[in-house]
Amino acid sequence: MNFLGYRRSDGRVGIRNKVLILPASVCAADTARIVASQVQETVTFHNQNGCSQVPSDMELTMDVMAGFAANPNIYGTIVISLGCEGCQMDLVVEAIQKRTNKPLRQFIIQEEGGTISTAEKAVRAAREMVQEASLLKREEFPVSELILGTECGGSDMTSGLASNPLIGHTCDKLVDLGGTAVLSETTEFIGAEHILARRGRTPEIQARIYDIVHRYEAALKLVGEDPRGGNPSPGNIAGGLTTLEEKSLGCIHKGGHRPVEEVYDYAKQMEPGKGLVIMDTPGNDPSSVAGMVAGGAQIVVFSTGRGTPTGNPVAPVIKITANPLTYGKMKDNIDVDASVLLDHPEEMEAVASALLSEVVGTANGKLTKSEALGFYEMAIARVCNYV
Amino acid sequence: MKATVIDEKDNVAVVLGAVKAGEEITWVKGGAPFTAPALRDVPVYHKIATAQIPKGQPVVKYGEHIGIAAEDIQVGDYVHVHNVLNNREEL
Repeated sequence: MNFLGYRRSDGRVGIRNKVLILPASVCAADTARIVASQVQETVTFHNQNGCSQVPSDMELTMDVMAGFAANPNIYGTIVISLGCEGCQMDLVVEAIQKRTNKPLRQFIIQEEGGTISTAEKAVRAAREMVQEASLLKREEFPVSELILGTECGGSDMTSGLASNPLIGHTCDKLVDLGGTAVLSETTEFIGAEHILARRGRTPEIQARIYDIVHRYEAALKLVGEDPRGGNPSPGNIAGGLTTLEEKSLGCIHKGGHRPVEEVYDYAKQMEPGKGLVIMDTPGNDPSSVAGMVAGGAQIVVFSTGRGTPTGNPVAPVIKITANPLTYGKMKDNIDVDASVLLDHPEEMEAVASALLSEVVGTANGKLTKSEALGFYEMAIARVCNYV
Repeated sequence: MKATVIDEKDNVAVVLGAVKAGEEITWVKGGAPFTAPALRDVPVYHKIATAQIPKGQPVVKYGEHIGIAAEDIQVGDYVHVHNVLNNREEL
């Protein structure tokens, strides 16, 4: 099975062809917004971080910035920094160049003489870069080049019953074709990590699955939270969930049935052709999606029960619900109605094939509803408060 | 009332509507249709047993163990916190 994509100079294959206007910190975010607003085919996002962060938090921010620049959906990047932030321009440029050799320009607001002088130069550079990008033609590539992120949010009973298993079957199909599927949301593994760990290909991968869960729990305990206590909640039990294992399996099931071949830390660069992999991300939707996209996922499938608007600046997000009432109310935001699976679970294989076709169609250039509406929700995971 | 079997290894199914005791429940497992009367009232999206689960044996959903039977569970019986125990398994 093939799709039409853009070959990058670093060998990776993208499904969009945008220029990223990358703010290195919160202090550069508005200047970046002004630049992006002047040039078609650019994308940017509000970077809340990049300064006043402890080293472990700064690493998360750097990895998301470098990962977005390296994501193959991006033709090239224009970095804009203030000048005095923690994420210094040379550090950001070095982090990007460790991941990719794609086109890169940089502007420092305090050196250029303020926002307007910076914007003048950066708009010109962006205009040049999008024109270069526009010369590229889509070429045919096997789906083994795709890294597919998975996410669930605004869940209800139909998520665990139908839409997460649907995503799981779709991941199985992609993995069997040589592609990569990413299971995320470490907080949702808690209680079923022993079941997930059994699926690790090697003892080292099994140990890593335990490690990321225990690390997350330890971080939550520092602020007095116990994710196992009171779980499943009375509301979960009233909804039909009997044990924490059952609740967590409903989420984990969107990774499908194949062995886990790798465990990546948040926003670290993933390799194509790996099979099923895990990334350590929060359950929080925008920051989990951002981590996978920074890791190189060109596309994300997202199941929802209640209906959410989630998009991403760099990668299209295909949203799915199996709740027919939600699809009826939220079809402006949700791409795929999978509610046929509630009454006809035997249709799973056919619906999963259709979802894989939707993934390929989106890779070929079909806009998702969140792309058409310009939804660029964005968050970067954090370990602790600002300093 | 229809019930959904998520994985062929499962011994429970999720009912797609509220069920009254005695009402016929139908499900498909491994391509074959099954039917059994509900032994009790079951709320929508809760579970019924699709196989006998002897006391102490695992309750299986998503192809994995979600707990163990606290008592002998019959086909068509309501499966929930009243007859399932948490049983944390380590590798």
